[in-house]
Amino acid sequence: MTKLKEEEIINKVQHSAKESILIGDSWKGKVCQIGDYIIKTKGLTKTFLDGSKETTVLKGVDLNIKCGEFVSIMGRSGAGKSTLLYQISLLDHPTSGEIFIDGLDSHNLSSEDRIKFRLHKLGYVFQDYALLPDLTAKENVAVPLIMQGYEKDAAYKIAEEHLTEVGLALKFNNLPAKLSGGEQQRVSIARAIAHEPTILFADEPTANLDSESSQMIIQIFMELNKKGQTIVMVTHEDEYGKMSDRIIKMKDGLIV
Amino acid sequence: MKELLLNKMLPTKQNLNIWRVGFFLSYRQIKRANIWTTILIVTVMALTFLNLVVVNGVLVGLIQGSVEAHRTRGTGDIAITKLTQKTEIENTTDILNVLSSLPQVKDVATRYTGSGSINADYRRKLRQDETPNRVAGTIAGIDPLNEDKINGLSRYIVEGSYLQENDTDGIILGATLLYKYTPVESAGFQTLKNIKIGDRLKITVGKNSKEVILRGVIKTKVDTNDFRIFMIESEAKKLIGRNDVNADEIFVKLKDGSTLTDAAKVQQILFNNNFDSGAKIQTWLEAQPKFLSDLISTFALLGNLIGSIGIAVASITIFIVIFVNAITRRKFIGILKGIGIDPKSIEISYIIQSVFYALTGSVIGFLILYGFLIPFVDAHPINFPFSDGIIYAPLPGTLFRALILLITTVIAGYIPARIIVKKNTLDSILGR
Repeated sequence: MTKLKEEEIINKVQHSAKESILIGDSWKGKVCQIGDYIIKTKGLTKTFLDGSKETTVLKGVDLNIKCGEFVSIMGRSGAGKSTLLYQISLLDHPTSGEIFIDGLDSHNLSSEDRIKFRLHKLGYVFQDYALLPDLTAKENVAVPLIMQGYEKDAAYKIAEEHLTEVGLALKFNNLPAKLSGGEQQRVSIARAIAHEPTILFADEPTANLDSESSQMIIQIFMELNKKGQTIVMVTHEDEYGKMSDRIIKMKDGLIV
Repeated sequence: MKELLLNKMLPTKQNLNIWRVGFFLSYRQIKRANIWTTILIVTVMALTFLNLVVVNGVLVGLIQGSVEAHRTRGTGDIAITKLTQKTEIENTTDILNVLSSLPQVKDVATRYTGSGSINADYRRKLRQDETPNRVAGTIAGIDPLNEDKINGLSRYIVEGSYLQENDTDGIILGATLLYKYTPVESAGFQTLKNIKIGDRLKITVGKNSKEVILRGVIKTKVDTNDFRIFMIESEAKKLIGRNDVNADEIFVKLKDGSTLTDAAKVQQILFNNNFDSGAKIQTWLEAQPKFLSDLISTFALLGNLIGSIGIAVASITIFIVIFVNAITRRKFIGILKGIGIDPKSIEISYIIQSVFYALTGSVIGFLILYGFLIPFVDAHPINFPFSDGIIYAPLPGTLFRALILLITTVIAGYIPARIIVKKNTLDSILGR
């Protein structure tokens, strides 16, 4: 077993063995102040093991994102954009380095904490919408709210409000198969923002959409950002990147 | 699994949410699944349920049919017979008097028995090398009316007619004594050949003999009837050479709906009167041939073995269904975890789906079994040579089997769900 593999296993065991630090409900209500740093990374690295071959995708990334910022992470394919997004959105564990998110050191978060934190504080928009095919638009948006403890009717009400906000007032009861790509992505956004997350992460949200739908998505992001939503978006499209407050360019695993 | 069960027992808010989301997801998955797939899975479950119950039920019912036949056509609810060292049932009159005074006794029949032979060739001279058409058997003198009330013998006449109460010349033969019904050629076992209703036969008991006319042939699938020669009581007593009132066999039928416990109570009353000093007094269970009890347990074991194969098949089916479902949804499962849905909720949703399939299949199987199969077979028993086979499926046993099916299905659904849900979240999302 290589040293790297050993470290990966130890990392995972340590995270799952940790006791929860997110006790009670007070951490859920914490609101970031515009201008405060909401995400900070120091020397972030991520190395993948493919058989005996090691590939370092992130080579020591230092990143700071402020509360209320709309940040685009851009770069060529293989630059490490999505990998960086997955680390800072707590979907993955870095090989080394530090991540501070909403004041918490990610190393201190147990596996259970990560799930709780993602549920209450983070929102995700994926490239391919990622809606559950058996649930209607309203139900897809309501599921995380029910997980948080909302009663079904209350969750539905909130879901309908957010679906209306993204222009889907007539599509509450449609299954994903009955929605266009753009509509599905809007449902995905409604799901991501329904619980008013501290940070919204979007991984190539317009990659599978036509230009009209893409414009609509970016417009929604801009409106959310105007209301104070912190957004971190990975995109390879310059015209959408320019619509954000700041562009972080990546090349060969480093910010340039 | 243990975690899930423990979580169930600890109704914290978070645990409640986990279950609520599990139900939410499973209800919608079941509701919006392909209807034909659902029907197929439920059908497999129903057939497995039926396999579990019916195979065991038929195998045990085969013997249970024989047990039931012995009770309803043979011994009645209580059988009183001679003690080994005695030649008759002592104090028969007193016994009959006590029995007639008991409200739970419906009917009583007595038999007078003796060993003899019956000859169909007595009218002609046989060649030296010719085997006489003759068979040995037990002569049973009966009151045809009382006997019919106890055993319903008239319903089992397969040829001819039943005995009339004043028919001094008529006999009924048990089918086993006739070659037509028992085509066995053996030096140690003789049967009567080529005789028909109305034929004259000669019965011999010791030095006494009598010419009789064959009125009917009876087939009850109970040896105490099918190996016997029945005639009216008065003629049998003359033939056997008995002029006392003590019978050789007394059969007692209790009121409809009586149980073994009721039979045991009547038995106890007879014991309390000391009648057991002059007779063997048995409930129908005690009087039933031992080989039947042995066979019941053997057949039950066989039935369970065969049923367990069905369980294995059903478990594998559910495993495959859930596994395929979960693996094709691996990405969505990853995304659910990614957005903060507790993995236990996802596992619970698959367990609930498994429970749904097992429960629905069991209910349908239950309805088919008790609503159609059992009543049908009761009305048209399976015709085995030595018994009328029924489906023996008492409710507690059936419910137990349904529970086994449910538990194995839940386990079969949980394992693949856990395998898929435990996979790395990001790998699942990215399809790695």
